[in-house]
Amino acid sequence: MSPELLEIVVWIVKVHVIFLGMVGVAAITTLAERKVSAWMQYRHGPTRVGPQGLLQPLADGVKFIFKESLVPDGANKWMFRFAPALAAGPAMLTVAVIPFGPDVTLFGVTTPFSIVDLDIGLMYILAIGGLSVYGVIVGGWASNSKYSLLGGLRASAQMVSYELSMILAILSVVAISGSLDLREVVMQQKTLGEWNILYQPVAFLLFLIAAFAETNRHPFDFAECEPELVSGFHTEYSAMRFALFALGEYCAMVVMSSVAVALWFGGFSVPFMPEAHWTLGILAFCAKVTCFLFFFLWVRWTLPRFRFDQLMNLGWKVMLPIALVHLFITGAVISFAPQLKSLWNGLVNGAS
Amino acid sequence: MTTKQVFEYMHHAPDHDDPVHGAPMKVNMGPQHPATHGVLRLAIELDGETVTSIDPIVGYLHRGKEKTCESLGWHKFFPHTDRLDYVQPLLNNVGYALACEKLAGIQVPQRGQEVRVLLMELSRVMAHLIYIGTTSIDLGAVTIFFYSFRLREELYSILDAYTGHRMNNTYVRIGGVYADVDENVEGMVAEFLRTAPARLDEIEKLLTANRIWHDRNRGVGVISVEDAKRLSLSGPNLRGSGLAYDLRKAQPYSGYETYDFDVPVGTVGDAYDRYLVRMEEMRQSLRLCTQALERLKKSKGADVLTEDRRYVLPPKGDVHSSMEELIAQFKIVSDLRLPKGEAYHAVESSKGELGFYLVSDGSSKPVRCHIRAPGLMNVQAVPVLGRGRLLSDMVAIIGGLDFVMGEVDR
Repeated sequence: MSPELLEIVVWIVKVHVIFLGMVGVAAITTLAERKVSAWMQYRHGPTRVGPQGLLQPLADGVKFIFKESLVPDGANKWMFRFAPALAAGPAMLTVAVIPFGPDVTLFGVTTPFSIVDLDIGLMYILAIGGLSVYGVIVGGWASNSKYSLLGGLRASAQMVSYELSMILAILSVVAISGSLDLREVVMQQKTLGEWNILYQPVAFLLFLIAAFAETNRHPFDFAECEPELVSGFHTEYSAMRFALFALGEYCAMVVMSSVAVALWFGGFSVPFMPEAHWTLGILAFCAKVTCFLFFFLWVRWTLPRFRFDQLMNLGWKVMLPIALVHLFITGAVISFAPQLKSLWNGLVNGAS
Repeated sequence: MTTKQVFEYMHHAPDHDDPVHGAPMKVNMGPQHPATHGVLRLAIELDGETVTSIDPIVGYLHRGKEKTCESLGWHKFFPHTDRLDYVQPLLNNVGYALACEKLAGIQVPQRGQEVRVLLMELSRVMAHLIYIGTTSIDLGAVTIFFYSFRLREELYSILDAYTGHRMNNTYVRIGGVYADVDENVEGMVAEFLRTAPARLDEIEKLLTANRIWHDRNRGVGVISVEDAKRLSLSGPNLRGSGLAYDLRKAQPYSGYETYDFDVPVGTVGDAYDRYLVRMEEMRQSLRLCTQALERLKKSKGADVLTEDRRYVLPPKGDVHSSMEELIAQFKIVSDLRLPKGEAYHAVESSKGELGFYLVSDGSSKPVRCHIRAPGLMNVQAVPVLGRGRLLSDMVAIIGGLDFVMGEVDR
């Protein structure tokens, strides 16, 4: 086999591993959600399908496929059918630029372990990820149900309140690393002392809060909000269309966790082992993402839900000013770094 | 243009002409809705997410309980009182029994009263745990629901061992309670009283100082003492507004005047105050249970049911050996008569003043039975508290007012 052909084969294998792995992780997360919540609530969770209920996602998937997919009377049929894809598609597309591992050597071909390394990876994630809210809005509007409509409206109100501070929080990291390429950002955090969380903890907290809103997760799941809106935007959805919304949500969770890991927690770098093998790198990345996913679940099953105007207050009146000031300070420190350094040296020398 | 269209146009003319707001959206919350705690239907008009008008529609669970009482007879109604506010069956039992006893002028033996107090206070804890569980699930804290229900499960086990049923106990009789407590049950109650405060603390740790819980409840559904009185609210909803009115103190029954307990009150009168009042009431109930348990230890062996053969079944052993007792048993089962007259007696249920008004013409069936269900008054307050608030606040208001539709619709 010629080297070029081999490279293409390796690339195709890589794409499949990452993409299917992603969907698999999303499916496992649904099981984890049920198991973790059960453990928190003195329950067992699913135990019947497979050992310890491990095959439950598979059973769910089969059920979703074979259920009847209802389209309500009076719904805008095409929009109704299109919305789940609009919600799940962007979440899956954003997976493409996540650097899951360092350079991988397979069959003598060395390739970075991500589907594509974009120079503007972060921009791509924000742009594509932002589209997923349209799935919620369109789904809510097309259902011809008042509860769904309110869910969709809430999603749009939510979107405008957190997205800005999220972008500003990410920009702070971009400012100190000087790159929009996620792999580049990760490569700058090889050792524990270089992890951005040490330099940008405030930005991380802002991002974390916004990530919950971005993924429509509790305590910001207003679009769904079952006690008020029955089931919010997906009240009228059933079968695989409903599953696509869920898949989109869990994929978005994985992507947001991956972005947080890559930007603040050294991505695939292994603590105390800067020259670790690539398998260890991938494992480290997965472990870090797992911690974040658990955090998502932990919060969901612990906290009460915000009111949606309270999120807007939080977004506009608290997070946005903090993010702006934070970005300003970050920029100032970077611009005046030499002067600050000489000032510091002067002070130290003067004192001694 | 047909008449109907003209009418609709006139009806909504100002709204249609308003380019900003348009016509208000009508939403039916319930009767099958996760947040309405049963089959309450709220016809809500929304302007955006702001509630402009609420019309609570009750009656989906109407089973004609009052009429049932009038056709069944005096003591056969006890199982039906269980099904009024089904989260606290024993409290309803006692309320009805007290009204009957007032009518007949029966004095319940001391030990019978102590057992009743113990059962009533355990029921109050059960009912308040339902409030905590369902309200927190409405506000998104799903795990609290399981925490409170786990605690409640222990109470169910106690009642199961005590009365033979987990729910719908039908344990109280006219003139006392069905049977005495045994020592196993006393041990179970003592164990519960030992462990429960820590569990309540656990729930409070997750909610009371939680910023989100605070923000969702503070300032939501504020009602002044005057308005609360005007709506005849009672129980924790009235006390949440700041009036220390508790029937156990105001019109003591079953010997409550001899117990030592506090009546917690709120300051603002919002959902958060009502939550705090209920949390504290659970602790006070545990205090009352501790006292009742001590008294039960002292009065061991005494009667729990009065000896009055006109109203109370004779002991089963005597029925088999004595002709008079057999006749007495037959008369009571087939044709129990309460004296002519009328009586109203109210107890402090977990929802407020639960009153039974009974009219007797001296026959074996009441002429009139009216149940003053506190839950119905609480439903009345929903439109007052909810108007002008957001849809999300509705669940906090409904949860905070705490009603059970079995009692509201009767």
